[in-house]
Amino acid sequence: MTVLVALGASLGGLDALSIVLGRLPEQIPMAFVVVQHRHRDGGSQLEAILARRCQLPVVQAEDRMQIEAGRIHVSPPNYHMLIDGDKLGLTLEHPVHCARPSIDVLFESACDGTPWPLIAILLTAASVDGAAGIQAVKGMGGTVIVQDPEEARSPIAVLAALEKTKVDYILKLAEIGPMLMSKVGSARNAHQVVTSRQTG
Amino acid sequence: MKSTHDTEASSLEELELDLLLDALERRFGYDFRNYARASLKRRVRKVLQDLDVTTISGLQERLLHHPDLLRTFLATVSVNITSLFRNPRFYVALRQEVVPLLRTYPFVRIWVAGCATGEEIYSMAILLQEEGLYARTRVYATDLSDDLLEQAAKGQFPLDRMQQYTHNYLHSGGKTDFSSYYRVHGNSVILDPKLRTNLVFSQHNLAADGAFNEFHLILCRNVMIYFDETLRNRVHSLIFESLVNFGILGLGMKESIRFSPHVDAFVPVNADMRIYKRSR
Repeated sequence: MTVLVALGASLGGLDALSIVLGRLPEQIPMAFVVVQHRHRDGGSQLEAILARRCQLPVVQAEDRMQIEAGRIHVSPPNYHMLIDGDKLGLTLEHPVHCARPSIDVLFESACDGTPWPLIAILLTAASVDGAAGIQAVKGMGGTVIVQDPEEARSPIAVLAALEKTKVDYILKLAEIGPMLMSKVGSARNAHQVVTSRQTG
Repeated sequence: MKSTHDTEASSLEELELDLLLDALERRFGYDFRNYARASLKRRVRKVLQDLDVTTISGLQERLLHHPDLLRTFLATVSVNITSLFRNPRFYVALRQEVVPLLRTYPFVRIWVAGCATGEEIYSMAILLQEEGLYARTRVYATDLSDDLLEQAAKGQFPLDRMQQYTHNYLHSGGKTDFSSYYRVHGNSVILDPKLRTNLVFSQHNLAADGAFNEFHLILCRNVMIYFDETLRNRVHSLIFESLVNFGILGLGMKESIRFSPHVDAFVPVNADMRIYKRSR
């Protein structure tokens, strides 16, 4: 069973994402979708650097791209990226909190757009983009993880999120990867319990 | 992880949206039923905020009984954000790889589908002028919205965007002083009226209308990202039908020909810039 993990980051995000995602194994039954604030004219340097630091393959999202487990999908510059069922959609609407791609847009679209269980992770970011998205994910029953604001290069987004809603976990970057792995373990166990109840 | 309540709430919202889109089509003839749902929902929710309405059903009631609100609705729901020489590298590729092909025709017809406020048309007009092709070209600019077309025909743009546009122009292979193409008028600039001579603005509905001519170059950029698969297929077929053999198609930077039912009839001219040639 695939779990959708949506991540948002801004200032210092590349390093933060590398720590969170770097050691996750290719067979992990989780699909990763990432909004990293980036320059409008940027190419694909971001994806290239992240790919070097991760075991998981990294792709820049294209419109209508299939979301796949065991892959990191990164929003291209100057588009918003949305979850549309099991695919990614791109749009050119106005920037949200001056950001395009916007973390709020990703998280909010994941709330009703995805057929999978949802985990949203908000990392270092220097604007409030992401706070409303975290609140939306928590409101629909998704799991919310934020980076410990004391560790974050910029804690602004995380602090704004914490003002809006309770979150499930406040973690240091190095703890997030292992937390995700434990979710894989428990999701599998829950599935086995359900299956054995049905057959028992 | 989703509560039953939330699942019910979101399927209620889906139902309300279905009913609203049905009402819009039946009452006003605007068919958004095959727009991509995720992004459409976002824009509809924005209309709810702007009009201070709590539910989509409430919005439907307002629109049906106060049709003057339709304009507000359409303005928010149809996305029309564009700029002069957006994605400058695309225009570089046009100059280097497409213009030589266009030069082989005695008379050139170009279609810009979904032109919104016209920035792409005027970028083309300037480019064609600089490449010495404008005199023998006609550019057809179409859009669903008469309001947007009216705006586009004016050739008027906000002054505060011109710095960005100048930057774009310079990186697109622009050959001259960009300010020579416009004059300032208050908070706006007005483009040289001579740039409008060979432009034709016309209402056309990609969801409903048919082919109206055959073209040597069609640009349909960042239009289909708002459409679902059904509507994309329709538009791709319409485009295919409207292209001469060896005609060129330009899509948006993150769009793919892969999803066209006619993908096998196209070869890449510059796959990176999403420029393709109909090869049969």
